[in-house]
Amino acid sequence: MGQKRLMKGNEALAEAAIRAGVQGFFGYPITPQSELLEYMSKELPDRGGTFVQAESEIASINMVYGAAGAGARVMTSTSSPGFSLMQEGISYLACTEIPCVIVNVMRGGPGLGTIQPSQGDYFQAVKGGGHGDYQLIVLAPNSVQEMANFAFLGFDLADTYRVPVLILADGALGQMMESIEFPDYVVKEHLTDKSEWATTGRINGREQHILTSLHLQPEEMEMTNKILQRKYREIEAKEVRYETLFTDDADLLIVAYGLSSRVSHKALELARKEGLKVGLLRPQTLYPFPSTVLNNLAEKVKKILVVEMSAGQMVEDVQLAVEGKIPVEFYGRMGGMIPQPDDILDKLRKMNESTLNV
Amino acid sequence: MYNMVDVYISERILTPDKSMDKVWERPDLLIDVPNHYCPGCSHSVVHRLLMEVVEELDIMERTIGIAPVGCSVLAYDYLNVDMQEAAHGRATACASGIKRVFPDKIVFTYQGDGDLAAIGTSETIHTVNRGENIVMVFINNGIYGMTGGQMAPTTLEGAKTSTCPEGRNLDLMGHPIKIADMIALLDGAYYVTRQAVHNSKTVRKTKKALLKAFQYQIDGKGGTSFVEIVSNCPSGWKMTPLEANDWLAKNMFEYYPLGNIKIPQKEE
Ligand SMILES: Cc1ncc(C[n+]2csc(CCOP(=O)(O)OP(=O)(O)O)c2C)c(N)n1
Ligand SMILES: [Mg+2]
Repeated sequence: MGQKRLMKGNEALAEAAIRAGVQGFFGYPITPQSELLEYMSKELPDRGGTFVQAESEIASINMVYGAAGAGARVMTSTSSPGFSLMQEGISYLACTEIPCVIVNVMRGGPGLGTIQPSQGDYFQAVKGGGHGDYQLIVLAPNSVQEMANFAFLGFDLADTYRVPVLILADGALGQMMESIEFPDYVVKEHLTDKSEWATTGRINGREQHILTSLHLQPEEMEMTNKILQRKYREIEAKEVRYETLFTDDADLLIVAYGLSSRVSHKALELARKEGLKVGLLRPQTLYPFPSTVLNNLAEKVKKILVVEMSAGQMVEDVQLAVEGKIPVEFYGRMGGMIPQPDDILDKLRKMNESTLNV
Repeated sequence: MYNMVDVYISERILTPDKSMDKVWERPDLLIDVPNHYCPGCSHSVVHRLLMEVVEELDIMERTIGIAPVGCSVLAYDYLNVDMQEAAHGRATACASGIKRVFPDKIVFTYQGDGDLAAIGTSETIHTVNRGENIVMVFINNGIYGMTGGQMAPTTLEGAKTSTCPEGRNLDLMGHPIKIADMIALLDGAYYVTRQAVHNSKTVRKTKKALLKAFQYQIDGKGGTSFVEIVSNCPSGWKMTPLEANDWLAKNMFEYYPLGNIKIPQKEE
């Protein structure tokens, strides 16, 4: 561990990516992620990497496709409208099994929306926003420290499974400053050695390497899909990450990720002071989703409250996980508004009352 | 800056060995399988030339090609070099990513007119504007071959396609785009040339142009090399191969004249 530093989330993520050995960064300016791009432009060229400001997010993601396909650790970052533009490229990356890290520092939408923080891209991030059947590993940090930690983790997971990994943050996490420490990190060579499949040129006359997502025969395309699905099942079995707080004695369980989980934590503390038995489940991976742990918790708690900065997108996954065992309610703000602890507390009080009435 | 003079590049090309009878040999790097191109299609000729060039320059071990979306989407089935298949129009972004992180690799893109000059126009212009040290091969057949013969940005005035059945009407559909001339204006363009492969003479010239373009990349000269090849599409044009080559010579060259559009300043 190094010394503590005070950093913005966007910068911490960029610094961590450099320490994770990122060889190329391709990006396009958009608020509220631009500090990430700016940090990279300043630091990366001096530290052995390549920075390119692309002409669009479409170009960025396809530069990632090229460079990662040739075997490099590379990444791009953007915010919501730019993430929409990347979807076709991400679908290609997923199908050709090219590892990379993509960062979406979400802002409010739809449309041009607002530059204020939001979680409105959950569906696009978690359900495979582009065409075809695919998944990204989706990491959801809730602090500046995790913005950094998940950059290291993101590259390692991407290389382990040969999948694109998405770090799904929001404008507040990107902009806020907190003190962090960078973990000691050593690049694992077995992960970064891509000589088995990368397009490097036919070194020593080895067999041709082809990266393509075209499989005209439906039997072959289905086989490609089956290989992907098998990989996703393995990821679902091994890579679920979450944090629980006060779930042991909880009657009411909040489920929230990212910034919403920070606000929810505050609401939980207020509620506990009033004697409400509230717990919190915070998914750190949105895909794979902590469905099993939620399903188990649904045996213990009486009700679930999902808190999101959206119209309620993750709430669908929570409902699926609890299989109707208990009621799932929702509190959210949209379009760049952030839920307040008091409002969540109000909701918890009401839920608690109706629980007693049952 | 612009001139039409051919530049001497390789003795190999200009002085073929007269003692031999063999006039054509499949380059080892051209995979020996029946290809999916229609009889007479320019794509297959250019494939062969590309592999001859990679062989002659001995760069296979560091060459990476980018296939487009279009009839040549399966180029990697024939070109025995490492290849990535890019999304429609994005080949040069993909190539830029590779070349920037691995400047010692030799990177080429291979694109049709729809890919390069319609959906990928932005990538085309900005790749050249950044002066990416890659080779861009541009197959201008004036039509969307793969999707069944729709109008391309390069379709000539009056030419009939499945989406301009009465012929291209400039008032309604805009003008055939001269993308090579456009990008030659960019400072990042190092070498821009327009060639053809409809007869043996033009095939030889195209080979020379490709050799030059790859040599510039190897030498690390400053900028992008762009080789347009005015091509046919017998099926899309609904002609026999011979008719298509005839039509091409009579109609395409007037609008897309062959020759160098921009050559390195030292060589002017
Ligand atoms: C995003 C997207 N839009 C459209 C298509 C359909 N499509 C495939 S090839 C093609 C046109 C290719 O024409 P061109 O680039 O001229 O190549 P040619 O087949 O003539 O060699 C189109 C429109 C696609 N694959 N992807
Ligand atoms: Mg075409």
